[in-house]
Parts: sequence; C-alpha cells; structure tokens
Amino acid sequence: MSLDPGVPAPDDRRSPLHEEHVALGAALVPFAGWLMPLRYTSDLAEHTATRTAAGLFDLSHMGEIAVTGPGAGAALDAALVGNLGGLRVHGARYTMLCAEDGGVLDDLVVYRTGAQEYLVVANAANHAVVLAALTERAAAWAASAAGGATGTAAVTVTDRTDATALVAVQGPRALDVLRATAGLAEPADAGGAVTAAGATALGTGGEAGTAGGLAADGPLATLRYYACLPVTFAGRPVLAARTGYTGEDGFELFLDAADARALWRALLAAGAPLGLVPAGLAARDSLRLEAGMPLYGHELDTTTTPFEAGLGRVVRLDKTDGEGRPVPFVGRAALAARAGSAPARVLVGLQGLGRRAAREGHPVHAGEAPDAPRVGTVTSGAPSPTLGHPVAMAYVTPEVSGAGTALAVDVRGRREPVRVVPLPFYRRPR
Amino acid sequence: MTAELPADLHYTAEHEWLRDGEPATFGITAVAADALGDVVYLELPAVGDTVTAGAVVGEIESTKSVSELYSPVTGTVVEVNTAAVDDPSVVNGDPYGAGWLLRVDVEATGDLLTAEQYAAQNAG
Repeated sequence: MSLDPGVPAPDDRRSPLHEEHVALGAALVPFAGWLMPLRYTSDLAEHTATRTAAGLFDLSHMGEIAVTGPGAGAALDAALVGNLGGLRVHGARYTMLCAEDGGVLDDLVVYRTGAQEYLVVANAANHAVVLAALTERAAAWAASAAGGATGTAAVTVTDRTDATALVAVQGPRALDVLRATAGLAEPADAGGAVTAAGATALGTGGEAGTAGGLAADGPLATLRYYACLPVTFAGRPVLAARTGYTGEDGFELFLDAADARALWRALLAAGAPLGLVPAGLAARDSLRLEAGMPLYGHELDTTTTPFEAGLGRVVRLDKTDGEGRPVPFVGRAALAARAGSAPARVLVGLQGLGRRAAREGHPVHAGEAPDAPRVGTVTSGAPSPTLGHPVAMAYVTPEVSGAGTALAVDVRGRREPVRVVPLPFYRRPR
Repeated sequence: MTAELPADLHYTAEHEWLRDGEPATFGITAVAADALGDVVYLELPAVGDTVTAGAVVGEIESTKSVSELYSPVTGTVVEVNTAAVDDPSVVNGDPYGAGWLLRVDVEATGDLLTAEQYAAQNAG
C-alpha cells in the first residue's frame, strides 16, 4: 500500500488548543493551512461517540469575521445571497457568498450577535476569500446610494479569526455536557437583547451569572436550533450557538483564544463520565457526510451554484430593503436566471450496495454494464459507520437523479452497484 | 508517531511486513494501519490465486481512505485471514499478529527492507 501522509509545513498555523491535542496524542495533519487533529484514538470510536453520547471538536481553524455598524445588515444583504437584515438578534442563518456568475465562493453560517453586529463564520480554506469579498462588498455598498444614506462609516468588517477559538460539543448528550461543566453560566440578562454598548469583541454581552450552572429549563437548555446566546465561562464571555455539522443536537462555543484551553479541559472533565470524547477531522467528515451536509471543495465550488447543490432555498431573490424595494446582491442576475431553469446536474445521495466505497472523483455510470454511459461524478464518499454500508454524494444528470434509480460507480476500475437515495442518509432520532 | 517494528520481520517500501516460513505470512505494518485509521473492509485474493511481488493483490479500506495492498512475494495464496475479513479492526489492533492478511507459498521474493531500513524510509 502507499501512504499519503500530508506533511506538516513549518508555517502551518496552530490552534489555541494545539497543546491539548498534543497531550491527548492526536494525529495532527495539515488542513487548510492549519495543523489540526485528524483523530485522537479511532475515527470510528469518535464518530460513534458523537452519535450516541457526544464529541468535542476543535474548530478554531474556521474563519470568524465580525461585520458591525448601523449598515451591517444591509451590507450583508448586498454581499450574500441570504436575507441577513431580516435575521432576528441571536438568530443564525446558513447562507452563501457567491460570485457574479452565481458560483459559490463559500458557504457560511452568519450569527446576528446584536442589533448592529454579525459574526460570519467561514471555512478555513476560504477565509481569505471571504474576508476580502466582504470587505470589498461592504465598501461598495457603503459607497452606493443605499449606503450613502447612512454614511461611509456605517459598516466595518473585522477579522477575528486569530483572536477567536471555536469549540463544538455535538451529540445527544451535548446539553448534558454543558450543564455538567463547571464555570459555564448564563448571564443574568440572558434572553434580553444585546445592546451595542454592552457587546464585547465577540458580541457577547451581559454580566456573569450569579448562581452558576445552567438550569434545566434555562435559556441555553431551551435555545432553539440555529440560534445563539451569550453565556460566560469563568466569568469570561462565550457565544453559545445551537449549530453544528454532524446531524446531531449540539452547540458551538466561540470564545477568546486565551480562554480556550480552560474551557476545553472543563468540558472534557465534565463530559467524560457522560461519554464525551475528543473527535478529529476524520469523524467530522464522516458525520457530516451521513448527515448529507455539503463540504466546500467537494459538493460546492466556484463552478457550482446553490441550485445544483439542492440549496436554492438559501438564495433570497425576494429580499427587500426597509422600503420594500428589491435588494441587489452580488450574483443576483445569474442566480435569478438559474432559479427559472432546470439545472444540468443535481446533487444526489448514493447508497452502495456492495462493500467497496465510492470516493471523491469516481465516475458515476448509468449501470454496471461496461457500455453504460457516464452520468456524473462522486463528490464525497465513505463507508458509513452508522449505517454499515457505503454512502456517497454525487452530481448526476437530472434524468437519473430520482430516488431508487439504479446506477454504478467506477471504483478503481470496477463498477460497484449503487442506488439513488434521498439525503440525508442519517437523521437523528428525536 | 512511533509504531512498533518487529526486528524479525521483512518490510516493503509500500508498508507491508513479511514473516519467513513455509508458507510465508504477510500483512500491513502498524505505520500503515495508524495512517489509514480504522480499517472497515478488506478485499483479498482467494486461496489458490497467484500473487506477484510488487503487484496489487487487494484493497484496505478505512472510513477515511482506501489503499491498495501490494504483495511482497511471488507465489500462491494458501490461506486468507477470514477472521480479519470478518472483523477488520484486528488489522489496527494487532497488525503483526491476529491482523495478518495472507499466507503464501513463496516462489520468489520482491525488494525487501529490514526493520531499520523501513524505519529510515518512514523518517525520511
């Protein structure tokens, strides 16, 4: 066999939790310019723990960009395909940054952390692209007629990636883990609107909780999916969001990089008895694949529009400004044209009927016969640890995209039978 | 990572180990098993198949990746580790023992390395 070890480069950036990963014996690999844990012990064990109890993930390589000011919402509406101005305070939204031709530059989660304050979370590999595009588009918006009305200081784009750590607790026991973690507390004013004056670097306002701990029916326990809440850890601000990339319930915790190691240790200490284990990028990838979630560079890239990826719902051609006028945004014309026409290819789920797993780049054919024509390409694939059979996502031509269609994937020269199935492959029990 | 490399085994540049004997036994090294992650599927030749030193004889699949298995010897397969096929986790848990893959009646050996040479290759 041959190994593809991914050689760390001297200038790979290190997470604020790097020393914790080393102490835990993690296999560290280069990932988008960072040196990150691939696994701590076992991909399968980390995957299964996240499905059955909880996994602890270091996502500090993700890019965090703050967009602030009285024009922040309107500038994001002009820069992104989604409706961010209409997002409620402490809401979160999955959205995309597109090019003029409608191609996806990155998929993002945007948190509205205050009335005039947003946190944009970008993929590590696209962080520079997103920062540059947001900066340029915000400036263009400010200089436009719409922006000019509020003045050129109306919006500020600030990169907070280096100052910010991101830790995710994902799995059915995620809330139990947070409730057991000493030092985590809901602020006294939790649930109230965060004012600009009270906001900190991460947009987390409020005072440290007086009693400590998290109530069973408190604001964090009852936090809705795709919403966020300022909490504290040892009196320090943490933005807790009920978001994730695993298909499980869970939380993503944004905090100052300097506070990250103490929180990581506290979560592990409190969570270990509940089944929490640290989980690496390998488990993160297999979890998101089972959950049918796209990964930039695989299901999404600059040659793909949100419509082909089955994510046309994120494109808000109907978004309007305060006066009810349609909002122009970068890529709008191309995306409006796409919205009205059938895509040439469609993202589908494939269930492997044999044992050999389809992998990224493998050709999809209309059947197992050697003369069956090619109909698409696999974007991600792996043996599913939860389901026990191979799963893959692929772009195929529309006529073979219906659920139940029998296809074949060329796995290193031999065609393996697959069947089109609805996404996601895995849905958590509720 | 420092993986165990028994001194009494031969190694290949492609991360197989070979134990002398009649028949000879081979598998993948702890270095390879660690790099692959949890092995979930093995595709191996059948008893009676001939294998050629340096040629692909099977596949080793983990959740993260898949690798081809190269034969360190030329000869005829006389035994396949069906226990490992049924439970590939033994390849990670005991790569030089219960995680062996094939036993082969050897006609000729390919290019083999000592444990020291193999370790030097991996360090380089």
